[in-house]
Amino acid sequence: MEPGGFLEALQRAVELRFHGRGGQGAVTAATLLVRAAMIEGKWGQSIPSFGAERRGAHVLAFARIAGRPVPVHSMVRRPHVVVVLDPSLVYVESERAKVVRGIRPGGVIVANVPKPPRLEAGARLYTVNATRIAEELGLVVAGWPVVNTAMLGALAKATGVVSIDSVVEAILGYWRGRVAELNAEAARRAYRETREAIVERVAAR
Amino acid sequence: MSGVEAARRGLVARIDPAGHPLPLSEAAPGSAGRTGFWRTHRPVLEPARCVGCYLCWLYCPEDVIEMAEGAGPRGQAVPVIDYEYCKGCGVCVDVCPTRALKLVEEPIGEG
Amino acid sequence: MPARMGLRGNEAVAYAVKLARVEVVAAYPITPQTIVVEKIDELISKGEMDAEMIHVESEHSALAAAYGAAVGGVRAFTATASHGLAYMYEMLWWTAASRIPLVMAIITRAIGPPWNIHVEHADIMSTRDTGWLISMAENNQEALDLTIIMFRVTEDPRVYLPGIVGLDGFILSHTVEPVEIPDQEAVDAFLPPRRQPYTIEPGDPKAMGNLVPDEYFEELRMDMHRSMLEARRVIMEAGREYGKLTGRDYSGLVECYRCGDADTLIVGMGSWMGDAKVAVDMLREKGLRAGALRLRWVRPFPWEELREAGLGKRLVVVLDRSISFGHAGPLFLEVSSALEARPSMVGVPAGIGGVDISYEDIARIVEEAYGMVEERGRVFIPVYWYHLGRFYRLSPGAAPPEAVARAAPGAGGGGG
Ligand code: SF4
Ligand code: SF4
Repeated sequence: MEPGGFLEALQRAVELRFHGRGGQGAVTAATLLVRAAMIEGKWGQSIPSFGAERRGAHVLAFARIAGRPVPVHSMVRRPHVVVVLDPSLVYVESERAKVVRGIRPGGVIVANVPKPPRLEAGARLYTVNATRIAEELGLVVAGWPVVNTAMLGALAKATGVVSIDSVVEAILGYWRGRVAELNAEAARRAYRETREAIVERVAAR
Repeated sequence: MSGVEAARRGLVARIDPAGHPLPLSEAAPGSAGRTGFWRTHRPVLEPARCVGCYLCWLYCPEDVIEMAEGAGPRGQAVPVIDYEYCKGCGVCVDVCPTRALKLVEEPIGEG
Repeated sequence: MPARMGLRGNEAVAYAVKLARVEVVAAYPITPQTIVVEKIDELISKGEMDAEMIHVESEHSALAAAYGAAVGGVRAFTATASHGLAYMYEMLWWTAASRIPLVMAIITRAIGPPWNIHVEHADIMSTRDTGWLISMAENNQEALDLTIIMFRVTEDPRVYLPGIVGLDGFILSHTVEPVEIPDQEAVDAFLPPRRQPYTIEPGDPKAMGNLVPDEYFEELRMDMHRSMLEARRVIMEAGREYGKLTGRDYSGLVECYRCGDADTLIVGMGSWMGDAKVAVDMLREKGLRAGALRLRWVRPFPWEELREAGLGKRLVVVLDRSISFGHAGPLFLEVSSALEARPSMVGVPAGIGGVDISYEDIARIVEEAYGMVEERGRVFIPVYWYHLGRFYRLSPGAAPPEAVARAAPGAGGGGG
């Protein structure tokens, strides 16, 4: 690595933060994203944040995607992209504050919501109803819709940080048989259904 | 949150009169505060199907199920869930042998 | 063709254990080590690895079983963390003083109470005086490579001591990043068949642990020291040869980034030294001539490397992820013993119990230390605790420290 190369590599990286509830697969989503990036010959890293790592708790995962290795291992504090797996994290005010924290100006939020929520502006918002997609495909485990693979499809659409083909390939390499097919289909459907939302600008409280 | 803040909120630590933070927490309901707001899905009981076996009571990781003796339609004990703290994990639904408990999506709205 | 996979640090270690053709693994699960054992179990059950997994009832037994297997003549492995390591502590001494090669991964984690499953170096640093070699990975690739290298070094007749590979809990153990998995043939070429000073087997009885004259005991201990000093050369040889086979050179006991023309060095070990490299780039852009020196090995201690690196430096900042209560961070104590040139030194304990420390924090720490040198000339501050964006001077011999709990900041500062 030529002198100065590490800072430059970091500056060129895309930094992402995933928000979900324990059990929803935010960490798996970040991992699959890295695998999709590697399929494209990119470098990637996914970092789980383990707090109250219990089922139902608000959990975070981080990822960095770059053209060449970035040596850092600290958490992502100023994401370019925020992916929200659970609608309640956008609607409940205390949780929403965590979702928008530190997001870079001009950044992107990709959220699983049935209808566009009110959000403090400053970022572009893309929405998809991943819960419905998961339920329609029968991707439900112990009563919980599995939305993480759909959200990767949405992420591919909203940001292009990886292509939908790479997402599908990563999914097919992670599971086998019917489960793999259903998850791949969830990603493809979410890719088609993801839309940029017109953000109703409300002042930060 | 700093340690001192946590102590003030009575969550994690205590500070003794000599000024030391201590590795103690106050006894309080809820293992992680009001876990009820974590819920995306809510376990709901269909009392007619319940056989009063206590399995849900036994397995609930948050210990938020009380059994009401004789309160069922056939005089059986039935679970009463404290939704303030039920985190919606669905363990009770999973272990119920008669499918008397079901997970129902929580309505979501603007917070 | 070596395969490239997206792996968690723990999985990388498991693949290394497989490639080293380990025959016996004994372990007891503890967060954040568990995945190492799960992955090895998976490799065995899929038939990809031919080894015996012994599920024991405690960590004391885990090392005892692995040690027993190793004494019997096979390559053996275990892994643990935190309380598990504390529980197996006695067996560390048995293994090392028996001169039996064995490799263990320590997935560094805080030791309670209160409960904390996150990274801290208190556990691995407590093994410094047991006679085990100790290395510390910066990333998942190194976790894999160092595990393979460790088998070769520990089984070298000049060494015959067991070895620890440390990787930071969660930060590496659970982080996924690209890892290149060497070919089996390359590892086979690198790792000769197992060598060890003796075996104990049925039909050839020997007694171990009997009472010996004190003088002989002392000679045994000092021979361990001699072998540990000798290990330095063995590591350099092995690391060079590993580089020839894989393209990744490990001949250095330390790794330097922009150290040569630096007047300020950041010294530390483990995963945050990657962030330190970015901090170096940031500081250089601001005109501060910084460099980062990472200890890849703690035992044997890279004394010569540090002494040389310290020559002509103005300031050395040592980052510690644990503290020796009443003195200073253990790395600070170790590093300061090697800096004959006596530059300014500041020891900074931080990130204890998993508090997130980023390249920005490290740049901030160095700027603060550099500012003190600019202001006062030479400084020597063993403990300059960095916590949530603020500094607290808590060195031995300094003015009575304020009660820290009361002085600690409320909200604000860095992340929580
Ligand atoms: S969903 Fe059931 S098991 Fe889970 S916390 Fe609620 S009552 Fe307890
Ligand atoms: S597990 Fe089901 S049947 Fe048993 S007490 Fe609970 S609700 Fe009733």
